[in-house]
Amino acid sequence: MGALLAAVGVTMIYRLDPDDAFRQGLWVIVGVGLFSATLVALRRDYRRLEAYKYLVGLGALALLALPALPLIGHEVNGARIWVRVGTFQFQPGEFAKLLLIVFLAGYLREKREVLAQGRLKDFGPLLLIWGGAMLVLAQTSDLGQALLYFGIFLGMLYVATGRALFAAAGLALFLGGAYAMYQVVPRVGVRVAAWLDPWGDQEGAGYQVIQALYSIANGGFAGTGFARGTFTNVGGGQLIPFLNTDFIYAALAQELGLVGSSALLLVYMLFVMRGFRTALLASDGFSKLLAAGLTFGFALQTFIIVGGILRLIPLTGITLPFVSYGGSSLVANFVLLAGLLLVSNRANALRGTQ
Amino acid sequence: MNDQIRRLAVFGVALVGSLIVATTYWQTWAAAGLADRQDNAIQRVAEFTIERGEIRAGNVVLARNAERKVDGNTLYFRRYPQGGPFAHVVGYSTRVRARAGLEQSLNDYLTGANANLNTVFETTLDRLRGGTIRGNHVYVTLNPRAQRIAREALGNRCGAVVALDPTTGRVLVLASSPSYDPNRIEEEYAAAQRAPNAECRPANALYNRATQGLYAPGSTFKILTAAAALEEGTIQPNETFKDPGYCVQYGKRVFNYADQGTPAGYGTVNLTQAIQYSINSVFCNIGQELGADGLIEYAKRFGFYAKPPLETPPDERFASGLYQGGELFDPEDPNQVDPGRFAFGQERLLTTPLQMAMVTAAIANGGVVMKPFVVEKIVGPDGGTVTTTRPEKLGRAVSQRSAAAVKEGMKAAVAGGTSTAAQLPGVVVAGKTGTAETGREGVNTTSFVAFAPADQPRVAIAVVLESQRGTGGSTAAPIARTVMQALLSGS
Repeated sequence: MGALLAAVGVTMIYRLDPDDAFRQGLWVIVGVGLFSATLVALRRDYRRLEAYKYLVGLGALALLALPALPLIGHEVNGARIWVRVGTFQFQPGEFAKLLLIVFLAGYLREKREVLAQGRLKDFGPLLLIWGGAMLVLAQTSDLGQALLYFGIFLGMLYVATGRALFAAAGLALFLGGAYAMYQVVPRVGVRVAAWLDPWGDQEGAGYQVIQALYSIANGGFAGTGFARGTFTNVGGGQLIPFLNTDFIYAALAQELGLVGSSALLLVYMLFVMRGFRTALLASDGFSKLLAAGLTFGFALQTFIIVGGILRLIPLTGITLPFVSYGGSSLVANFVLLAGLLLVSNRANALRGTQ
Repeated sequence: MNDQIRRLAVFGVALVGSLIVATTYWQTWAAAGLADRQDNAIQRVAEFTIERGEIRAGNVVLARNAERKVDGNTLYFRRYPQGGPFAHVVGYSTRVRARAGLEQSLNDYLTGANANLNTVFETTLDRLRGGTIRGNHVYVTLNPRAQRIAREALGNRCGAVVALDPTTGRVLVLASSPSYDPNRIEEEYAAAQRAPNAECRPANALYNRATQGLYAPGSTFKILTAAAALEEGTIQPNETFKDPGYCVQYGKRVFNYADQGTPAGYGTVNLTQAIQYSINSVFCNIGQELGADGLIEYAKRFGFYAKPPLETPPDERFASGLYQGGELFDPEDPNQVDPGRFAFGQERLLTTPLQMAMVTAAIANGGVVMKPFVVEKIVGPDGGTVTTTRPEKLGRAVSQRSAAAVKEGMKAAVAGGTSTAAQLPGVVVAGKTGTAETGREGVNTTSFVAFAPADQPRVAIAVVLESQRGTGGSTAAPIARTVMQALLSGS
């Protein structure tokens, strides 16, 4: 399924920009390579990762902090989330996400009973690591990722403790925080305003949302047909910025129409269902938490970017898993897939021996 | 833990499911609304993927397409090989979808969007095949040679020439000066609004003076006054009038135009002579007898107080009539209007060159006003005729007898009166001059209306010039002569 999505992505990117598609193809190879490497490296028992959870957690924080470093950090489109070494650049956040999930899985597995009692001091290390991550995110002002991380955290916390109250409280906390950011950070305010009324500033903040919607609406039921969509204006200028990364869904929806985009979303849905199925089948807490976290992160990321394009939520720039152009995201998602496969494999193997 | 995972799974799947719902909403419910929005650049591009129909006058192409590949799409942009002389009729269609002239009013035909069974079938097929949609071609009635000659004759002067076929209403010439190059209108839109070499201020070249220019008609209006009085029976064709050299209006004397004779007047004249020498005092008296309401009633029969019908956009055509404060003014109380000065085309009367051409054509056509038309036919992309314009009567303004009496006066004016500059060798021309004072000393709006050949009219023409130092006879009549000659010799 990952391969199918990646193929859709490479094909679409090829239609939009052949050069990018070649690079994306290379990234698919790197992704598959890392995917295999992950499988091989952890083939015995991935669960030993649990032992290194604090190390992993710190690693995640370090990765997140990397772009903030003066020499190698690099800002693109107002978000300081890139690391550049020479000509090579990547978004460490994509990998930090995976590491954080591993850390959370390990930590929550260990502490779930204690946490379920709701004593505040047990939340200490958790909040600490978490606060650090949020701080780094706020500093890099990458809002999509912040929302994603917090969502993953809440989802996993809920799975671990079974206390819906935590999730609700967390959600309330997040909304409060988001409202505060809306007031304080101008970038957030602009995004929210563009979400509520994109036509209020149709040449400015609302531009991307409007153009994306026009693109999607132009697809209609059956779409314009592959390579028949319109993404440039009369003069040949690009209508939608970041078309093959953040906005690739808008391009797909126009050319493939409702039929094609629904099919694509169904594939995502299947992926999510398979992921949660793996979590259900897994025999131990760490595996369950890991699989659920990875899957929920995947679902949430899809929702945040596509929902943003569809005006369900304010638009934030993150990638569509497997499909969007971008090496870091693609490779990270292949590693995510490897993790799910490992959990699944172990679950199946155990059931086989029983 | 599995219960929680199940619930989280439901939530995760619901998240993705909501995306399908939202996509469905935008691609079905909301799609039409979004497509209709003005700022939708995708729809804008879609319009340019249509191979727009050409606009032609006979074999002469006035508007065609230039293809350009943009991001895999073939887009069609407009070129106007004939440029300025035809700009006001053809108009333009630019990349930002600004349009004027026939390009605006016939957009549906030109893009194949008109609801005609024949073409709808063809365009649907085109769309299904994924091919280019082709629009219909428009043929106009203009005589390209005469149109160019008219434009050249106007030169840097501001004004307009309208020539009609009086028996059908076909527009043969519709020229306006200053004009602009429709090929460069996108870059030079602002500059076109103040044409540099034009001899008038403000010199907005985008203005179609033939249908949008409102001018005091001056003495050209006398042909309508005469026809109305004859029709009402307030005067007879062979009646004689005493010209005292002035007419009394509200106890004041209104004198004849300075070079129309001495203050002593012409003495006793008949109607033909009154038209021939354009004697204001005679028409002043006729107007007073007829009354302002009588004049307005007949003016309406000739088409005043309504936008003259034509295929160009309605906002590019103005109605003629009395104007007050920039608004068309139809007085409830006839005493609000001075019928004497109204009768010789002053007062607050403003007319378009097209309207004066229609009046002239009606006199030429024995009193029947024909509906003017500039679109001859519309032809589908594969050559099948979509529509053909048939001549239509707007109605009878006056009787044959009244029209004939006015014609005699107009013939005399050209043969040996105010309008001798319009004489053509071997052709009897009937004409009438107009010289309206603008309020600025020595600066006049001059005009000339004529038809020829007088007894079997094939051309009726109206020429109007702004800011002239001479009279209608010395400035406008020669232009009319040149254009009529081109039209009569050409066909």
